Amino acid sequence: MFRAQSKAHQETIEVFVEGSAVRVPQGATAAAAVLIAGLFRIRETAVTGAPRLPYCMMGVCFDCLAEIDGVANRQSCMVPVTPGMRINVQHGARQTGAAG
Amino acid sequence: MSSTHDVSRGASHDAIVIGGGLVGAAIAWGLTGQGLQVALLDEGDVAYRASRGNFGLVWAQSKGLGAPHYQRWTRASALAWPDLAADLAARTGRDVGLQQPGGVHLCLSVAEFEDRAAKMARMREEAGNFGFEYRMIRAPELRDMLPGLGPKVVGASWTPYDGHANPLVLLHALHRAFTEAGGTYVPNAKVEADIHAAPHDFAVTAGGQRFAAPRVVLAAGLGNADLAPRFGLSAPVRPQRGQVIVTERTAEVLPMPVTTIRQTTEGSIMLGDSIEEVGFDTRQKPEVIKVIAERAVQSFPWIGRLNIVRAWSALRVMAPDGLPIYDQSETCPGAFTANCHSGVTLAGAHARLLAPMIAAGALDQERLGLLTAKRFNAA
Amino acid sequence: MTYDLAIIGAGPAGMAAAIAAQGQGLVTIVIDEQPAPGGQIFRGIEGAAAQDRTLGADYAAGATIARNFRASGVEARFGTTLWHLEPDDEDGLCTLSLADAEGTDTLQARRVILATGAQERPVPIPGWQLPGVMTAGAAQIMLKTTGAVPAEPKRTVLAGQGPLLWLLAVQMLRAGAAPALILETRPADRIRENMGLATNAIAAGGAGMLWKGAKLLAEARLAIPIHRATTGLRAEGDQRLRHVAWDGGRFACDLLLLHEGVIPATHVPMAIGLEHAWDAAQRCWRPMTDERGATSHDRIAIAGDGGGIGGWEAAVASGRIVGLDQARRLGRIDEAGFGMAAAPAIAARRRALALRPFLDAVYAPGAAVLCPPDDATIACRCEEVTAGQVRAAARLGATGPNQVKAYLRCGMGACQGRLCGPTVAALIEETRGLPPGTAGLTRPRAPYKPITVGALAGLAE
Repeated sequence: MFRAQSKAHQETIEVFVEGSAVRVPQGATAAAAVLIAGLFRIRETAVTGAPRLPYCMMGVCFDCLAEIDGVANRQSCMVPVTPGMRINVQHGARQTGAAG
Repeated sequence: MSSTHDVSRGASHDAIVIGGGLVGAAIAWGLTGQGLQVALLDEGDVAYRASRGNFGLVWAQSKGLGAPHYQRWTRASALAWPDLAADLAARTGRDVGLQQPGGVHLCLSVAEFEDRAAKMARMREEAGNFGFEYRMIRAPELRDMLPGLGPKVVGASWTPYDGHANPLVLLHALHRAFTEAGGTYVPNAKVEADIHAAPHDFAVTAGGQRFAAPRVVLAAGLGNADLAPRFGLSAPVRPQRGQVIVTERTAEVLPMPVTTIRQTTEGSIMLGDSIEEVGFDTRQKPEVIKVIAERAVQSFPWIGRLNIVRAWSALRVMAPDGLPIYDQSETCPGAFTANCHSGVTLAGAHARLLAPMIAAGALDQERLGLLTAKRFNAA
Repeated sequence: MTYDLAIIGAGPAGMAAAIAAQGQGLVTIVIDEQPAPGGQIFRGIEGAAAQDRTLGADYAAGATIARNFRASGVEARFGTTLWHLEPDDEDGLCTLSLADAEGTDTLQARRVILATGAQERPVPIPGWQLPGVMTAGAAQIMLKTTGAVPAEPKRTVLAGQGPLLWLLAVQMLRAGAAPALILETRPADRIRENMGLATNAIAAGGAGMLWKGAKLLAEARLAIPIHRATTGLRAEGDQRLRHVAWDGGRFACDLLLLHEGVIPATHVPMAIGLEHAWDAAQRCWRPMTDERGATSHDRIAIAGDGGGIGGWEAAVASGRIVGLDQARRLGRIDEAGFGMAAAPAIAARRRALALRPFLDAVYAPGAAVLCPPDDATIACRCEEVTAGQVRAAARLGATGPNQVKAYLRCGMGACQGRLCGPTVAALIEETRGLPPGTAGLTRPRAPYKPITVGALAGLAE
């Protein structure tokens, strides 16, 4: 959906969006990485399962909830990327792993 | 029982219910079912609303130690609940999420477990022929019943009577069912001072309108304390703050409610609830919800990983002995009060048992005689 | 440790307030959710974007402010969220409950400035929840923090109105990613109707800003097709955006960027019970403040756009004024000292606000933005509650958003009503025949941002 303009002075970091490696500029957020990866959903709502992508990118709307490094429902527009970060689609309600 | 409109006295109804929360709405809905034309007077958008802060248990096992009549009233309500829920669903299409799979009270130490066991034994003893079924369950068996139980949990008490429902859907469904059955729901209608109260002859001004009826029911929660004396009644209720935490939605995991932990039909986990004597103060206190969180994590460590999406505080409507108060005025017959902190648990009784008594003009003394406010005069 | 002053937000207002207060000897701390100073307007200002000329001179100005802020040595905690604020603790101080990557903790301050800025006004058109519909501000944040532009500019549409829409269009244009189309919602005669306000603005020193805006518009209009006076805007598609449609037209796109202005972020001020007022000119709620940012609570002040939209230059001036007033209230300077120190900022704020009445009038959001006419439109994105459901609740007797929240759960989701609040209130007002701004807002409760149960349980004593 977005592409990072190639700029010599900007360093990039490799992260994994749904398992695929993506290089994103340093300073990007996990939500930005998903938009650069070209995914058409970052989460499916817990109410109806409808797909969503980030809407506001400034911490207001919570439509960018994603699973980041194994932690569910994180507000991905507020999480700066780190090398090797794993960002996955949040599928509906959170799994607790309670029984495990 | 016809409804007329008398210009000098205002709109005339068969009954006025003051208070549009869970207690008032359940009674109003029940009265409508008895064929009465009812005006349900509510406050505005911002008010002390215990109904909007309710934890949502339909709970019997902790109710009425030393007061078996309260246990019986609570159990009668739990029994009336399924029919109420089905009726509301049929009329409004809203599922109030009633589940009554039984419930447990967790004990986090041997001392707590022994104390609980003694309490439950006394409950059974006091219940007499009415009966009180319960079990004290130790941790190994409990772990099979409840996934992810923490190592600190020693055991629990269990009764089959317990359950839970969604308090907010219940409120919405009661308001809708009441309105659709011809009831008059009036918001922004706090009752003003010019109250007329005489035997079977009442009139109040609220929201700029005058309402008159031969019956009036005071179900205004904490507002009853001031209203009751105007009708020759007494309702010595005080606010008691409770704070509650709600987590994000999770996949289904808790098969039955726990006294202070339950999973809603939406999937979120509710954690409750503090008991604080702070007067009319609805502020939230981080140090109090911290204790709620600690106990929840000790009970179920996996809850610690969940995000809190909301928390709130609300004021319970508490009588000096913690039991409900029901009365009919002796000086102004036709005026009733209903006061309790269990608007969800007792909704079944209020709609199905209390409302017919009010419609018939007399409270059933066998059921409710001991719940009169006169018990506080006997000191 | 007890601070003289805690400032929430390190945007232009928070940074300016901190520099001013620290300069008067107040022991000050600044808290911000982001990893670096700048706020939303200057997001990424310490990163590569500062060298990006396409973002324009106004953005570049933020680098100087951030440098001065860093040079001031004010203590700052970034990546830190305020999740509860008690303005009346047992010690007669303010207690702030904070959360960061390490967990939760608290600090105490004698006074607090909320410099929490603004959020974009929700634009609840049909289909706005579809993947591919975002705010213009979101696209701008992609530019500032990531240097990223829409991957398919020819399938990208901007829709709405207001200065930020045009600024973004030009920024995209300069970055070689001009949108295929701008659907401007401003009614055709709005500028002509408000020429008097433009004249007033020029008289009050707003000529420079007016000229800057006109140049921006001209640059965009030369390069980008514009459909004026657009009505009936809607996003279409199944599972993701495929088309944007309007009365009389339709365009294939996979990115639609909406903007209808910004409104104060009232979440924390409402949660702590500050008095608010409906701002008829800006069609939004804002906390009631005086000229120096004082609120209805003696220990709490508000600086910047959080007290009413004025833009970054006004926010810097406001921050300085409010910061100095905290020093006066704590006895570090007297009234005369305040007057001397604050005079340049008071004059600067007056100039910065000169154009505002004209902008407010010209870019007033249309009725359909405030109150979606189509019942099927989603009002609450979190709980997926439609406008029709809200109207039905209002007809049943809900007189305000708190009762609608109880009935329908709208405002109970993760955003806690930040995004649906204004729309729900407007729908209630429409249904019950109330004037705008009378239905009120929901009372937000802590935690203001999600924290885990475990983090709360481990809260330091």
